[in-house]
Amino acid sequence: MLLEVRDLHVEFRTRDGVAKAVNGVSYSVDEGETLAVLGESGSGKSVTAQAIMGILDTPPGKITAGEILFQGEDLLKFKEEERRKVRGAQMAMIFQDALSSLNPVLSVGAQLGEMFTVHQGMSRKAAKAKAIELMERVRIPAAAARVGDYPHQFSGGMRQRIMIAMALALEPDLIIADEPTTALDVTVQAQVMDLLAELQRELNMGLILITHDLGVVADVADRIAVMYAGRIVESAPVHDIYKAPAHPYTKGLLESIPRLDQKGKELYAIKGLPPNLMHIPPGCAFNPRCPLAQDVCRTDVPPLYEVTEAGTDRVSACHFWRECLHG
Amino acid sequence: MPEPMPREPHLSGGGRAPEDGAIAATGMGGTMDLATAEGETLEKTPGGPDGTGPSEKPRSLWSDAWRDLRRNPVFIISALIILFLLFISLWPGVIATQNPLKCDLAKAQEGSQPGHPFGFNGQGCDVYTRTVYGARVSVTVGVCATLGVAILGSVLGGLAGFFGGAGDAVLSRITDIFFAIPVVLGGLVLLSVVTSSTVWPVIGFMVLLGWPQISRIARGSVITTKQNDYVQAARALGASNSRMMLRHITPNAIAPVIVVATIALGTYISLEATLSYLGVGLKPPTVSWGIDISSASQYIRTAPHALLWPAGALAVTVLAFIMLGDAVRDALDPKLR
Amino acid sequence: MGRYVIRRLLQMIPVFFGATLLIFLMVNVMGDPIAGLCGDRQCDPATATQLRKEFGLDKPLWQQYVTYMGNVFTGDFGTAFNGQEVTELMASAFPVTIRLTIVAILFEIVIGIALGVVTGLRRGRPVDTGVLLATLVVISVPTFVTGLLLQLLLGVEWGWISPSVSPEAPFDELIVPGLVLASVSLAYVTRLTRTSIAENRRADYVRTAVAKGLPRHRVITRHLLRNSLIPVVTFIGTDIGALMGGAIVTERIFNIHGVGFQLYQGILRQNTQTVVGFVTVLVLVFLVANLLVDLLYAVLDPRIRYA
Repeated sequence: MLLEVRDLHVEFRTRDGVAKAVNGVSYSVDEGETLAVLGESGSGKSVTAQAIMGILDTPPGKITAGEILFQGEDLLKFKEEERRKVRGAQMAMIFQDALSSLNPVLSVGAQLGEMFTVHQGMSRKAAKAKAIELMERVRIPAAAARVGDYPHQFSGGMRQRIMIAMALALEPDLIIADEPTTALDVTVQAQVMDLLAELQRELNMGLILITHDLGVVADVADRIAVMYAGRIVESAPVHDIYKAPAHPYTKGLLESIPRLDQKGKELYAIKGLPPNLMHIPPGCAFNPRCPLAQDVCRTDVPPLYEVTEAGTDRVSACHFWRECLHG
Repeated sequence: MPEPMPREPHLSGGGRAPEDGAIAATGMGGTMDLATAEGETLEKTPGGPDGTGPSEKPRSLWSDAWRDLRRNPVFIISALIILFLLFISLWPGVIATQNPLKCDLAKAQEGSQPGHPFGFNGQGCDVYTRTVYGARVSVTVGVCATLGVAILGSVLGGLAGFFGGAGDAVLSRITDIFFAIPVVLGGLVLLSVVTSSTVWPVIGFMVLLGWPQISRIARGSVITTKQNDYVQAARALGASNSRMMLRHITPNAIAPVIVVATIALGTYISLEATLSYLGVGLKPPTVSWGIDISSASQYIRTAPHALLWPAGALAVTVLAFIMLGDAVRDALDPKLR
Repeated sequence: MGRYVIRRLLQMIPVFFGATLLIFLMVNVMGDPIAGLCGDRQCDPATATQLRKEFGLDKPLWQQYVTYMGNVFTGDFGTAFNGQEVTELMASAFPVTIRLTIVAILFEIVIGIALGVVTGLRRGRPVDTGVLLATLVVISVPTFVTGLLLQLLLGVEWGWISPSVSPEAPFDELIVPGLVLASVSLAYVTRLTRTSIAENRRADYVRTAVAKGLPRHRVITRHLLRNSLIPVVTFIGTDIGALMGGAIVTERIFNIHGVGFQLYQGILRQNTQTVVGFVTVLVLVFLVANLLVDLLYAVLDPRIRYA
């Protein structure tokens, strides 16, 4: 297994209290595999990714428990200097908003080339050639002429391609893409996503795709992990989950996608709001919003049940996963 | 008045995306709860962190800021100092029973002794009494100059920002002209001919050279506010200019003016002392910290206490206003929380 | 860019004339320009009229201003009270004040930025709180008090420096006066750098730099500092003019014969030519420094486009 997250807990300690952002998340990604992590804002999906990359803001963030096994070694036991050498070289991250995530006052060439000068000790000149090569690889027109341009001089789609190029620079084994297309125009989203998927196949990398967009997931992901209030609530191969979700939250998410065959009907929305992470409801965190909730949901935290029907290798954190599956 | 005002670069975009990253952004001991930090849910869920129910009054920038301020020790300390200053400015006799003008040359430069805790200055006046009485002049200069500058500056700058056009361009150039003249030099030139021993020439000079600072702030603030959606909406709904200015723009644009004016108040007090030191500020028999510091500077080697007490009082006063301004700014700028 | 420079230069013209006219008017309010010309005694009426005519002082004020400016552009700044050319005074005074300003700016850059970076990276820690309090104290105490106290302690009590600067004013004698002149701005530079660093530290592009596996020192110097220092550089640049104009207090304390000293003498002796001349040059310095800062801004921040 390329990456295995085991029972990860992350807290944010603020003046007003402790926010439990991640509460025992486990998932794994293999080489060449794409795992989509799904969830609303504040579900802990990005925080988990930052913990894997080792770029959590600490303080206030703090990993309180768990293991992050990367190629068999626990990254949390690494010294910061060892950890740094992994970042960028063996695992890389693509951020949502390329405009703010790229340094506004450095040319894209300098930002791309930096990967080679720092990690591989390449000369500036060689690094620049590499940068042009990378830009061509992500299909930026006139790469050689634009290598000295600044991020704001590129369109949104082109900027995100540069982010992708930066992540791919050292051909890492794992890529974490945090909402890579959310900030883009709809027409550009598909192009960028296709490019990412293609390069992933080519380099046989593991990909963690963090998103709240189910439309993107269906095309590229192998597995889906759905997060809610810092926990995995359901995890399954992509087709099984689309066919029959085994958690009411997943079901709600799927039903809230507009579909052509349901034209004219009112669009479904999950009622209520995501929980405040400083005051997560007892029992199942989703219970105040859940149509299937019973008394047991308000007292007992559901474990991850093996879902033995409707596909293999899938789990659901719902006391009533059967009812959900068949309902 | 060298309050740094970093220019606003005209950036193309760069707003932070409202995703999980916002959690990290609250890291500096923030007060945002994580749900609202996402920018999606602006209402508070019942049983939220401070137990506020749905019956809570609508929260505004000002009520939020006030709630913040009440819990801020910096604000409380500076506010208490300022209240105390105002009190002794109005009734100095309550804590100083002697006459600040009654001096005994025989006691000149003597140190602390019973009944005269701060000792005597070069003219044999009681330093404690003079320090207490000096507050009135310093506070008067600071408050009046600030009021004048704030009113003149925000009216001119606000109108220029609101209407734009040629008037705005002319006003901008005029403020540029005033900025180009060093303040202390202007003071020296203008006040060197004044023979009046009242505080008014000094205040008048400060207003004359100080208003462009506020005018610039007010102009920028009004322009920013004017572009807000709700102001545009009010305009689209046919609100009159005067209504827009009074109801929609002023309450929202005035915050930076208040912050800068509060901090400037401290610098005016300091400026009065500097002008007095250069010999063009206030003149005896007026009792002011500036005059006392400046006269004490002549025999600083033999009687430093005569300089340190009024200078200390002055520094604490300036500090109090700066801290107050800082606290108000922090409370009004949710970004920095 | 070229067009922007030209536009800015054109904008400078009315500001330059406005500011000098303002000073010209203020100085004429100040007093009788010929008062100092007859030595210590009062001029007799005949001589006074004669002198007025000679200097063109019987003409309306605006005409005097035009004549004066015309002379200035040919390099004639008039005569000081003791018969010396004002340009001669400038030649002796400006180098001194420029040296003093250089020392002050160096203090701002070296100490101000270093303290700002250290505190910005350690927000909320004891170092931060301590430095922050120190900056507040420095800002609150008027410069002349800071100067007098430093002079008393370092110069008189401990004898580390000479309490007054020699007429040649070499750099080493200007260290303490430069620090005094810089003190308030130094505190502002510290606070500005601190805020800017603390703000940018949480910026997305810094997170990207960390995610790229860059060493911490590189993240800070190349990514964080480069961006955070843009407003600081602007402040320091615009401060050049303010420092030279504000040097009058420092120069008086340490008896430095620079611009401030000459101006002070000029004002005391009501010599219009000296005052207007020196202020005109100061205004020019201020305007040019501001223009340079604006241009520098474009170099530092490529996002800014000058149309």
